[in-house]
Amino acid sequence: MAGKNQKNVSDEIVKTINWPDKIFGAAVIILSILVFIIIAYPLWFVVIASISNSNLVNLGKVTIWPKDISFYGFQQVFQDARILTGYVNTLIYVVGGTILNMAVTMPAAYALSRRDFSTRNKIMFYFVFTMFFSGGLVPLYMTVSKLGLISTKTILIVYMAVNTYNLIIARTFIQNSIPDDLYEAAILDGCSHFTYFTKGVIPLSKAVISVLILYYAVYHWNDYFNALIFNSNSAHAPLQTVLREILLLNQAFASGNGGVQGGYAQSAADQVKYAIIIVSTLPILCVYPFIQKYFEKGVMIGAVKG
Amino acid sequence: MFKKNNTSGTASLSVRTKKYWTRNWQLWIMLLPAMLYIFIFCYVPMYGIQLAFKDYSYATGITGGPFVGFKYFKQYFDSPMFFTTLRNTFILSFFSIIVGFPAPIILAMLINQIRNTKWKRVVQTTVYIPYFVSVVVLVSMINIMFRNDSGVIGNLLKSIGLVARDTNILGKESAFAPLYVLTGVWQSMGWNSIIYIAALSSVDTQLYDSCKIDGANRWQTMINIDLPAILPTVMILLIMNMGNVLNVGFDKVFLMQNSMNMGASQVISTYVYTVGIKSGQFSFGSAVGLFNTVVNFVFLIVTNYISKRSTGTGLM
Repeated sequence: MAGKNQKNVSDEIVKTINWPDKIFGAAVIILSILVFIIIAYPLWFVVIASISNSNLVNLGKVTIWPKDISFYGFQQVFQDARILTGYVNTLIYVVGGTILNMAVTMPAAYALSRRDFSTRNKIMFYFVFTMFFSGGLVPLYMTVSKLGLISTKTILIVYMAVNTYNLIIARTFIQNSIPDDLYEAAILDGCSHFTYFTKGVIPLSKAVISVLILYYAVYHWNDYFNALIFNSNSAHAPLQTVLREILLLNQAFASGNGGVQGGYAQSAADQVKYAIIIVSTLPILCVYPFIQKYFEKGVMIGAVKG
Repeated sequence: MFKKNNTSGTASLSVRTKKYWTRNWQLWIMLLPAMLYIFIFCYVPMYGIQLAFKDYSYATGITGGPFVGFKYFKQYFDSPMFFTTLRNTFILSFFSIIVGFPAPIILAMLINQIRNTKWKRVVQTTVYIPYFVSVVVLVSMINIMFRNDSGVIGNLLKSIGLVARDTNILGKESAFAPLYVLTGVWQSMGWNSIIYIAALSSVDTQLYDSCKIDGANRWQTMINIDLPAILPTVMILLIMNMGNVLNVGFDKVFLMQNSMNMGASQVISTYVYTVGIKSGQFSFGSAVGLFNTVVNFVFLIVTNYISKRSTGTGLM
């Protein structure tokens, strides 16, 4: 009797759950496919347009697969001296800037993570306040110019040496995921803060270090704002500034096809643009898979906790 | 030593200071570079705010010049650009928050519901990619894909009737805000969802089981378990977003500007750049910038207050 009753109840549950869940599951699949297409299609389009005949692209005939494949755009990109200079400059800013970022951020994050450091809340406020209140662009510009850093490569490396948001992420990570016992044992062994930081904290913080490297490197790679404001010297121009000149300001392309001489000029210009987009985005995209392994863990633990 | 401590207060104070420093001097050294940087690049410019109340002259630099009070603020409030820039900034940031803030939350809950792990990974990785696209590249993609006549996406929208046939999307003032906001969602939705996905993955699985026993379907489980689980994260991020209400990303607006959409695309930050840096009106530029900062700060405080009263979550 009791067994029969139970069976009825479970039958009923199956009946009442099933339909809404099936609809829900289908909706999830359809929606996720839709999102996937919306995000992926523009990216895919850039790829196929970069190797297709630009006339066909402009006529709207290239939609899913490339047509009349040629690598003319890429050839042109690699012949352009400005892009090469931009690449080299950007590499300097990315590598130099990110190293400086990490060297400044990690020790500070460690110090702020020490619960027995009695001044830490005041210092934290000193940092956090700047997230929400700033002097504004003009006083910043004047300060940088007073320091004599306008139009130097230094400013593009030094600027944003520490980002408060990233500092908080690193601090939260160190505080929550490195056991206090380790610190106590190290102190008993006569470790100083310096040795504990380099020998104990750094090796255990790989996850958050990889997250921060990604954040900072992407920031430097994609940054054009600082070059626009602080650096007008074209010999220092990072890749993004060069891209802006070619892609948005439509400056003639250096290696001879910018003029009117060839009938191919205008149609090829588009192909070159798509190729530039790929050449400039791919390197930074390639960084991601290498640190993906640490990434989600790092974000999760360092997540917003003021 | 003990005796000294007991007899004189100043001595014990100095002993305590000494103890503090022997314990913490290394921490201070580790903090020094970061604090120095913040001091030079954040606090010194804050000191330079006084420029907004003074007549800048090249000879006296950042601190000099005669005091003129609110002259430059008045000049801004009286100029026709005041209303235009304020309205444009508000429109862009308002819609960015209305559309852009819930999007990653919904996306995270959607991704969390995908049962097939392979497909889940594919979707997750794909939605992260646009984050790596620089603003310059994004804007040039917009320019190419929405170009009149030959833009793929522009034509697609026209053919399904979402946009009238004869509109020039890039040149139309009324199209600027949707274009700005929706492309912004396209770029940042996936990346911003990471934090919510992380929050969702830490939900206690026992809660799901007990939901099942209670006979709730997947939709009900999502609404009653997942949503409350990420609510604190949502509130913190909302407050931080509200503190940036008038900080419409300079980069993208600036790059998307063209002579035809200027009426909708001149925002406060681009205006500060144009008058303050490009034409060298340092005092006027500082005043406009300061106005921007103050409005942001007020928004932050108000949202924080409301959030604290209503949900108990707050920044400060």
